[in-house]
Amino acid sequence: MKLDAKIPSGPLAQKWDKHKFDLKLVNPANKRKYDVIVVGTGLAGASAAASLAELGYNVQAFCYQDSPRRAHSIAAQGGINAAKNYQNDGDSVYRLFYDTIKGGDFRAREANVYRLAQVSVNIIDQCVAQGVPFAREYGGLLANRSFGGAQVSRTFYARGQTGQQLLLGAYQALSRQIGLGKVKMFPRTEMLDLVLVNGHAKGIVVRNMVTGKISTHAADAVVLATGGYGNAFFLSTNAKGCNATSIWRSYKKGAAFANPCYTQIHPTCIPVSGDHQSKLTLMSESLRNDGRVWAPKKKGDKRAPGDIPEDERDYYLERKYPSYGNLAPRDISSRAAKEACDDGRGVGETGLGVYLDFGDSIKRLGENTIRERYGNLFDMYEKITGENAYKVPMRIYPAVHYTMGGLWVDYNLMGTIPGLFVLGEANFSDHGANRLGASALMQGLADGYFVLPYTIGDYFVTGKQPKPNPTAPEFTKAVNDVEALTKKLLSIQGNRTVTSFHKELGHIMWEKCGMARTEKSLKEALQRIPALREEFWKNVKVLGVNEELNQNLEYAGRVADFLEFAELLCTDALHRNESCGGHFRSEYQTEDGEAKRDDDNFAYVAAWEYQGQGKPPVLNKEPLVYEEVHMSTRSYK
Amino acid sequence: MNLTLKVWRQKNASDTGRLVTYEAKNIIPDMSFLEMLDVVNEELMQKGEEPIAFDSDCREGICGTCSMVVNGTPHGGMKGTTVCQCHMRHFKDGDVIIIEPWRARAFPVLRDLVTDRSSFDRIIQAGGFVSVNTGGTPDGNAIPVPKTDADVAMDAAACIGCGACVAACKNASAMLFVAAKVSHLANLPQGRVERERRAIAMINQMDSEGFGNCTVTGSCEAVCPKEVSLDFIAQLNREYGKAILKNRMERKLAGGG
Repeated sequence: MKLDAKIPSGPLAQKWDKHKFDLKLVNPANKRKYDVIVVGTGLAGASAAASLAELGYNVQAFCYQDSPRRAHSIAAQGGINAAKNYQNDGDSVYRLFYDTIKGGDFRAREANVYRLAQVSVNIIDQCVAQGVPFAREYGGLLANRSFGGAQVSRTFYARGQTGQQLLLGAYQALSRQIGLGKVKMFPRTEMLDLVLVNGHAKGIVVRNMVTGKISTHAADAVVLATGGYGNAFFLSTNAKGCNATSIWRSYKKGAAFANPCYTQIHPTCIPVSGDHQSKLTLMSESLRNDGRVWAPKKKGDKRAPGDIPEDERDYYLERKYPSYGNLAPRDISSRAAKEACDDGRGVGETGLGVYLDFGDSIKRLGENTIRERYGNLFDMYEKITGENAYKVPMRIYPAVHYTMGGLWVDYNLMGTIPGLFVLGEANFSDHGANRLGASALMQGLADGYFVLPYTIGDYFVTGKQPKPNPTAPEFTKAVNDVEALTKKLLSIQGNRTVTSFHKELGHIMWEKCGMARTEKSLKEALQRIPALREEFWKNVKVLGVNEELNQNLEYAGRVADFLEFAELLCTDALHRNESCGGHFRSEYQTEDGEAKRDDDNFAYVAAWEYQGQGKPPVLNKEPLVYEEVHMSTRSYK
Repeated sequence: MNLTLKVWRQKNASDTGRLVTYEAKNIIPDMSFLEMLDVVNEELMQKGEEPIAFDSDCREGICGTCSMVVNGTPHGGMKGTTVCQCHMRHFKDGDVIIIEPWRARAFPVLRDLVTDRSSFDRIIQAGGFVSVNTGGTPDGNAIPVPKTDADVAMDAAACIGCGACVAACKNASAMLFVAAKVSHLANLPQGRVERERRAIAMINQMDSEGFGNCTVTGSCEAVCPKEVSLDFIAQLNREYGKAILKNRMERKLAGGG
C-alpha cells in the first residue's frame, strides 16, 4: 500500500490557501448530480452534512441514535479552542498550531495541524452566527478560559455544556437542510458494511434498528464521522452506544487504520464505584482552572480530606510541573495520578482516586463565583457520588476518554479507499499521540464545516467514477454477508451474555493496555483477546430475532467488532517501542518517569492494512516530516 | 436492597402492552437507575427471557435519550435530574417501582419503554434554526451581546429534547420544548432576524404533530431535567402573538389585506 498524504508544497502558512486554489471545483448546477452518504451526526458529521447540502449536494445522513441531536459530541463539557487572541495574551494561529503539535508529542502531521489552527477562528464566527450562546463578558464580547497544555486563554465555552451547544448549532443547520429536502435523514439506522465498486467507496449496508430491515444505499462518496473506539475498554466516558463498527468494517474492506494505540486517558473522571458500573463520567478539564489536585503525602492515609493538614498534602502537579501546574496536559496528569495511587497514596474506598480541591478558590473567589463557573458539574458530581464538592474535595481518577488513532486519511481527509472520507474522532489526523483539551470540538467542526466541503469536490472531478448502481453484485454480496453475520449471532444461543464478554475484554484492555503498557502485558493481552473472541463465537447468547427492535443484537455486533479491533490496538502498542503522549510503554521512560520518545525509529504514522481473517495485518509507515517545528522533548516543568 | 418492579412490556407498536412484575435483587445504592435495569436485564437474559428495551446513551444527563416514567413521574422525580442520573440511594429496600414509557400520541411506543420522538425533530426542521450557511459570517465579536441576554438564551438552550415535558403534561403539550428553542434564538441578535417566521412555523408544526394545547399547569417545568423555566412559554406566547400581528401588517403594507 502506498500512503500519499498529498501535503501541498510551499511554506506551511500558505499550504491550505494554495491547496484550496488548486482543488478542482464542481460548478453549482452540477453539485446536485452528486450524492453523498454521511454516517454519524456528531459535530463532524452534522456540520459536514449541513455544509454539503448548502452547497447543493444531495446528502443522506445516518445515525444510530433516535435523533441526530443526541450524538456523543453533546457530552463535551469544557470548551472549544480558537486562535482569536481576543484576550491580547499572545495567542496566534502559530501558537495554537505549536501547542497542538507539542501536546500531541510530535506525532501529528504538521500541515493538517496548521490548517486546523487556521480555520479555528472561522468556527467561532460560524457558531456565533448560528446562535450558539457562548459565555460573554459584561461588555458583550466573548469570554475565554484556559485549558490544559496552553499558557493562553483561548477556550470558548457555553457553561459546562459547550459540546451540547455546538452540536445543537450543527444539528439545527442540518435540520434546516432536512426541512429543505436537501438531506434525507435516517435515524435509528446502523451502518453495518461499506460497499466498494471498482475499488471506490460507493455505498453502505444499514440495518433499520426498529424493523430490522437490512438495506443498501448508494452514493458518489461515503463520509464516516462515527467517532472513536474508547468503548473497546468497556468502561469509558463514551456513550453506551459509541462503537467502532463503521470504521472497523471499513478497515476490513481495505481502509488503513492509523495509530490505534494512541488512546487518551482523561485525568479527571469520577472514580469507579463497583462492578455494576456501566460507564464513567468526566469532570471537565476546565475544573483544573480553579481546582488543585492533591494526594496525601502519607501512604494509606485514611483521614477525611479536611483533617489532613496543608503540609501533609502533596499537590503533585504543582510540585512536578511548576510552570503549567494543575493545567499540565491530560496524558501527563493521568500518569501522575496513577503514580500516586500505585504508591499507595490513593483516596476513597478503592484507593483509586485523588482529590480535586476547590477549597482555596472558594476562599479566594467565593462559592457563588465557583457555582457560576461550574455549577452543573458540581451538581452532576453530587448526583453520582452523593457528595457536595463545595464542602469536600472531589475525588477523581483517570478514565478512557478519547482516541487519537483512527482511519488513516490524507490531507483531503480521504482514506486509502478512494471516495471514503473520514472526519472527526474517527480519523487519526490532528492530535498525534495526545489531544489537548478543547481541541476535539475544534477538529470535528473544522473537518465538517471548513475542510471536507472543499476537498470532496476535487474527488468528484478527478475521480471520474460512474454513478453507482445499487443493484450491482457488490451491493447484493454485502447484504448477504451482513445477513449471514446476523444469523450467526442469533443462532449460537450459548451461555454468556454479550455484556459479560464486553466487560472481560474491557478488563484485559485496561489492565494490559491502559495507562501504562509493557511488552509482557501486551503479549498477554494478545494471547487472551483471540481466546475470548473464540469463546464469544461459540458461547454468546443473543436473544430475539432480527426483524424487531433488538438492542441485544445491536450490541452483540458491536462487541464482536471490538473483540477483533482490540487485537489491532494491542499489536500497534506492542510494535511501538517508545513512549509518546497517551501511549506509555513502561520500558521507555526517562529517569523522572516521563515518556521517552524514539524519534530515530518511530517518527512515523503506523497505518495498518487488513490482510484477511486470521492473517497478521501489514504495517505501512508514513514518515512524519517536520519542516517548521523542531522536535523537542516535551516539557511542562 | 431488593425491589419489586412493574415494567411496561410491549413487543412492538401494534401490541397492546402490559405491566410485568420483576424482582430486582441485591441492588447497590451507588447504582444509577439504568444500571439497576441493566442488572435485571442480565438476569432475564440468563434465564432466556428477552431483556427490557429502554433508550439510553450518554448516561450523564445531557444527550436526552433516556426516557421513562418512574412511579408516575417522568425521569423519576428527582429535581433537575434525568433518569440515568437518578441513583438508587434514593430508593428503599422493599420499594415497588412502576416503570412506563412516555405516553403521548405524538410519541408512539416502539417497544417496551422505547418511544418515537421524531416529532420533536420535525418541529426543529420547520424553523428551529438561524438560516445562515457555512462561511462568510462576521467576526464573533462584531455584534456585542449583553451578558444577561446570552445567559437567558443559554438557560433556554439547555433543553435536551428528552420529551419529559410532554410526558408530564395532561394534554401532552410540547409548548415547553418549542418555547425553549424559540426563546433561545429570540434572545440573541443572530436569531432575532427570523423570530416571527420561526415562531409561526414551529407552532404550526407542533400542532400538526398531534401535541395537545397548553393550559399552563407547570407540570412540564416541574419534571424538566434541565429546569427550563415556564417563563419561556410566556415568551413564546409573546413571540407568537407579535409574529401573527406583524404578519398581518406586512400583508397589509404589501397590499394584501
